[in-house]
Amino acid sequence: MTARELILGRLRAALGGPEPVPVEVARDYRGAGSVAADLDVFVGRLTDYRATVHRCVDADVARTVGGVLGGRQIVVPPGLPGHWLPDSVTVVPDDDLGVERIAAADGVVTGAAVAVAETGTIVLDAGPDQGRRLITLLPDVHVCVLRADQVVATVPDALARVDPHRPLTWISGPSATSDIELSRVEGVHGPRNLHVVLVL
Amino acid sequence: MTRSFLGMPATAPPGVGHLRGSEPFPVAARRALSDAQLRRNLGHATATIRSRSAAVVGEVPDWPQLRAAGRAIKTDTMARLPELLEQLEAAVAAAGGTVHWAADAVEANRIVTDLVRAAGADRVMKVKSMVTQEIGLNEALLSAGIEPVETDLAELIVQLGDDRPSHILVPAIHRNRAEIREIFLRAMPGVDPALTDEPAALAAAARRHLRQTFLSTRVAVSGANFAVAETGTLAVVESEGNGRMCLTLPETLITVMGIEKVIPTWRDLEVFLQLLPRASTGERMNPYTSMWTGVTPGDGPQTFHLVLLDNGRSAVLADPVGRQALHCIRCSACLNVCPVYERTGGHAYGSVYPGPIGAVLSPQLTGVEDNASLPYASSLCGACYDACPVMIDIPSILVHLRGRVPHPKAEAAAMAAAAYTMDHPALYAAAQRAARLGRLAGRRGRGLPPPLSGWTASRDLPEPPPQTFRQWWAER
Repeated sequence: MTARELILGRLRAALGGPEPVPVEVARDYRGAGSVAADLDVFVGRLTDYRATVHRCVDADVARTVGGVLGGRQIVVPPGLPGHWLPDSVTVVPDDDLGVERIAAADGVVTGAAVAVAETGTIVLDAGPDQGRRLITLLPDVHVCVLRADQVVATVPDALARVDPHRPLTWISGPSATSDIELSRVEGVHGPRNLHVVLVL
Repeated sequence: MTRSFLGMPATAPPGVGHLRGSEPFPVAARRALSDAQLRRNLGHATATIRSRSAAVVGEVPDWPQLRAAGRAIKTDTMARLPELLEQLEAAVAAAGGTVHWAADAVEANRIVTDLVRAAGADRVMKVKSMVTQEIGLNEALLSAGIEPVETDLAELIVQLGDDRPSHILVPAIHRNRAEIREIFLRAMPGVDPALTDEPAALAAAARRHLRQTFLSTRVAVSGANFAVAETGTLAVVESEGNGRMCLTLPETLITVMGIEKVIPTWRDLEVFLQLLPRASTGERMNPYTSMWTGVTPGDGPQTFHLVLLDNGRSAVLADPVGRQALHCIRCSACLNVCPVYERTGGHAYGSVYPGPIGAVLSPQLTGVEDNASLPYASSLCGACYDACPVMIDIPSILVHLRGRVPHPKAEAAAMAAAAYTMDHPALYAAAQRAARLGRLAGRRGRGLPPPLSGWTASRDLPEPPPQTFRQWWAER
């Protein structure tokens, strides 16, 4: 008997009896589409978790990125819109870069798949303007450019928009820990600086 | 020792892992209570997290509906556990992962050790995981010559301090910043001797210490917060980014999960991703949640193994009252509100699962004989039930388990005698007179004489009134 057969046999014996009666799950909470996104709430929540928020129009993204990362080396995913990048940065395109090379960069600029206003969360799905998970993890500054229409109100809204078969990273503020006396400290292993550029 | 038939629900085997304490709860608790530093650390930490959690739970207008949905999804999951696991297995395999089944801790440790060896590694980095603590994976790896490196800050503090975890979420909750600084100065190679005890400085020291490990270790071991049967997606919820490092950087990822962590559908995540962070760390959302389905070419580990662990869970499932302990999402809200945990800390519970949920889970995983004192490690105040984001009725399970604990023969005899006396009015009147004599005998406040002193050792004996109701009625 394999362990698989053993465990499944144990579980069926534990449940005993005939087929289980299906349990009705009442989904009377605020589901996808029930609330409108509030950009001011989104900005407030991001700021509360020590992310820095910049609001600008699309034509000003490059200048905003330059204000954060000017003069420094930044990793860029292959599908990032070129007009988001200022001349003042040294661009390192991620064409299968080695780990040490990515870790040596000062920052990374990406887009995002969707964002959640109520929790101040951005979700990356490794799309062309976001790249491999690795590039948003090792550099110390992450600048994430987000269109206002990508912001949804709630967690259910965001889950309904993303594809489970893509690698997903949900980011709410910079890396943090509460492990010392349960005091929240920003900045452990992930990027210690998160900038969100909200394109209106 | 009875041998169970193959295919019958089985408890977790002794001699491996960390589900059984070396002494009963009251003995360990008494020692913890005399540690003033420990009580200060715990009081401060639990008060901090209680107020943080209450604030963000209060922001959610549909919190009661989310809790009820969480409970319903878990009830449904347990009723269909075998088919959901088969569905999960198929979905993970279809996405390029390999699924292993482990009947108990011994088997899980062997599977993981063999996988690490097959990958040619002598070191693994670990994401904080309760289940690998439960099965004693680190000890098993060490004895096979493989070095496990804990990467969560609190687990690192525990590992460097040669200590044991004492809280589900914050394993080093029993340590304050000064103690953590001492541990780092003593055990962290190359640490700056001028390290201060500022939490930010301590976190920065951990960042420097682990950076090269993240970049150079080829195998990682994680647990899982959720596994979606429908899609084969695994989810790990964390704060520091050590989880992302372990889930993204290595060539091989091995995830060990208790079989109760499966949830039926992708949509179900919308309930738990709202409940867990607010109940757990008191955040609207934890800093990082990683989700992956099998392997993704060119992004992250190219080899993924999922180990599905029973280790006593089938025995918990077999108890219709106790099985809701399997609904636990390991948020630790019940620890933070428990008046017993707040005073004794986690070590007193013996098992890696401390606090109220541990008091109902550990005895069921091991068989109640092996953790017989834990169902009594509670005042039954019910704060845990109110705090639980999936509405586990912990007090009712505690009472249920107390009924299954082997009771001393003397107690059964005393209870039978009391029942007989109460059935016979003349005897009852005589007993009441005797109780008044006891009052005269001056034992007030000192409990009952032996052999009945066992009952009053941890209970106040009510003082018999000067006059019984019957006497008052007769004289009226």
